[in-house]
Amino acid sequence: MTQGQQASSNSVMRLSDRAESRIEEIKKRYPDVRSAVMPALYIAQEELGHVTKEAILWVADRVSMPPVQVMEVATFYTMYYKKPVGRYHVQVCRTLSCALRGAAKLTEHMHKRLGVGPNEITPDGMWSFEEVECLGSCGSAPMCEINDVYFENLDPQKLDAILQRIEKELPNLRLSTLNDELGAGLAGAPLSEVRESGVRK
Amino acid sequence: MKHRQILLANVDFPDQATIAGYESRGGYKTVRKVLGMDPLAVREEVKKSGLRGRGGAGFPTGRKWDFIPAKCDKPVYLINNADESEPGTFKDRVLLERDPHLCIEGMIIAAWAVQSKWSCIYIRGEYGYPYVRIQRAVEEAYKHGYLGDNIFGSGFAHHMVVHRGAGAYICGEETALLNSLEGKKGQPRLKPPYFPAVRGLYDAPTIVNNTETLAACVWILENGGEAYAKIGTEKSPGTKLFACSGHINKPGVYEVEMGYPVLDFIEDELGGIWKGRKLKGIIPGGSSFPIMRADQLQGVTLDYESLVAAGSGLGSGGFMVMDDTTDMVEAAENVAHFYAHESCGQCTPCREGGHWIEKIFHRVAHGRGLPGDMELARSVANNVEGHTICAFGEALAWPAQAFIKRFPEEFTARIEEARIEEARIEEARIEEARIEEGLVAIGNRNGKENGARPSMHYQLKSNH
Repeated sequence: MTQGQQASSNSVMRLSDRAESRIEEIKKRYPDVRSAVMPALYIAQEELGHVTKEAILWVADRVSMPPVQVMEVATFYTMYYKKPVGRYHVQVCRTLSCALRGAAKLTEHMHKRLGVGPNEITPDGMWSFEEVECLGSCGSAPMCEINDVYFENLDPQKLDAILQRIEKELPNLRLSTLNDELGAGLAGAPLSEVRESGVRK
Repeated sequence: MKHRQILLANVDFPDQATIAGYESRGGYKTVRKVLGMDPLAVREEVKKSGLRGRGGAGFPTGRKWDFIPAKCDKPVYLINNADESEPGTFKDRVLLERDPHLCIEGMIIAAWAVQSKWSCIYIRGEYGYPYVRIQRAVEEAYKHGYLGDNIFGSGFAHHMVVHRGAGAYICGEETALLNSLEGKKGQPRLKPPYFPAVRGLYDAPTIVNNTETLAACVWILENGGEAYAKIGTEKSPGTKLFACSGHINKPGVYEVEMGYPVLDFIEDELGGIWKGRKLKGIIPGGSSFPIMRADQLQGVTLDYESLVAAGSGLGSGGFMVMDDTTDMVEAAENVAHFYAHESCGQCTPCREGGHWIEKIFHRVAHGRGLPGDMELARSVANNVEGHTICAFGEALAWPAQAFIKRFPEEFTARIEEARIEEARIEEARIEEARIEEGLVAIGNRNGKENGARPSMHYQLKSNH
């Protein structure tokens, strides 16, 4: 980062009006604006695909923090992507409960189907995948998360069917919490699967 | 056995996440009553109930609230710790997703008890759908005037924020959570002060409670602390959510009265072990708690005391079951990998020790174990335990120690296999070297160095 880039707010980019008004509104909710750094990083990531250097500068400016501190936060947490990911980023849980019920088969399948390794992007920019630690869905293991949506009680065939549907229903699906279009209508939508995982009387 | 339903009574109603649905089943009735009570009397009820923190540590909730002085000139903050990230734990998710107003009502009750005007739900970042549900519920509560500057027309102001984490296990530790919420790296703070009630968010007194704990407060204030104390056992009153996973027929979230026998629970509630297999071991409280062998479970019940006495703990209620085909060395490696990955990196014993243990388990699991590896792993774990700022050190050390202690035969067998395999490879190599020697020094076959050189070779190899 050069000194010029750090200088003043007028050298910082502008995100969409929606993002700008959203961060201004979020800042007011906290006792101190510094608390808004995490939501701000999410907003920037949603717009830019991953946390770029410009995103760091944007966040730093909006929450009045030195860019280096924003960088510190962005690199500490795994959910801020420091490198580009696919339009659909598949995170396959590898921790004990999923491992006991065959998570390794899912990873293997992703590898074969996409033809890329973990944290690589398919040439068309559509897909990437990685193995991640426990996603808190152990009762419906094995499972994976695609963008912000959980897909549970999986096996390689089910996962494949989900990928196919995403490819078919592509343009309107963001599976994003921020845009609140959490996979509407998609097979394996979260609620039904949670029911399957069974709260029992 | 029919269980008493306190927390999960209404989660199956499709409209439970709306205020209309929630109120049709008696929701937001208790809080209206509570707002007319003396805040100290609210604390008294919770103390009487004997409710203990459901996040893992089991600290008495009423006592925690009492750390906040009745008259406090600083702002007081309340945090709902919904960062549940302990492997095997997914109980708070059900509440957030399917009965979000119960969480909100519990929080308002707690906020009144400690006179807090601002609270925050810190929800783990991966919980996309639960986040949307609780966020919508908070927005609806604002619209109804159940949150805001004058809640329920009582004159009491309370504001609530839903804050998403971003995938760091350590942020479930309360002081790490506070740092994270202050816009810093989520690293735990030095103790003392031991309680955020003394110095918490932005140095103000802060109460951090688990989601399940706060949700239980609604029933306690409705029915009285004494009624709650009658449920369960004397020292572990109430019901507890168990998130059950692994090799069982019916995984899911179960509400259980404390004191329920573990083996009955597995057989009668969880549908027994899948595929007609036998039970090998369980982890009763999330992966940081020591694993138990099946033969240790006779007479053990699901409550704080019994599980501790049996050499494990209730923890967060992440109940993981393993059948007799489970490879315990690989399971140990899997758990060690998690803790090595999630260490925040602040304290050296944990940052380095986690990776050491993972490497040792990895090589044992992959046929490269060395004699003495069990002792080495145990010694590393012992030196991490108790030598870190937060309890992550224990979370890392306990499972490592327990896997070795309770399934030593599996580790020994793996290491022995590796030794035999190594010897076999070495023998083949010596043989090969002999042949080579023979070919090179064809006229000198009776020289003694023929045997000496390969053995040198062997020593060099084993030093690597």
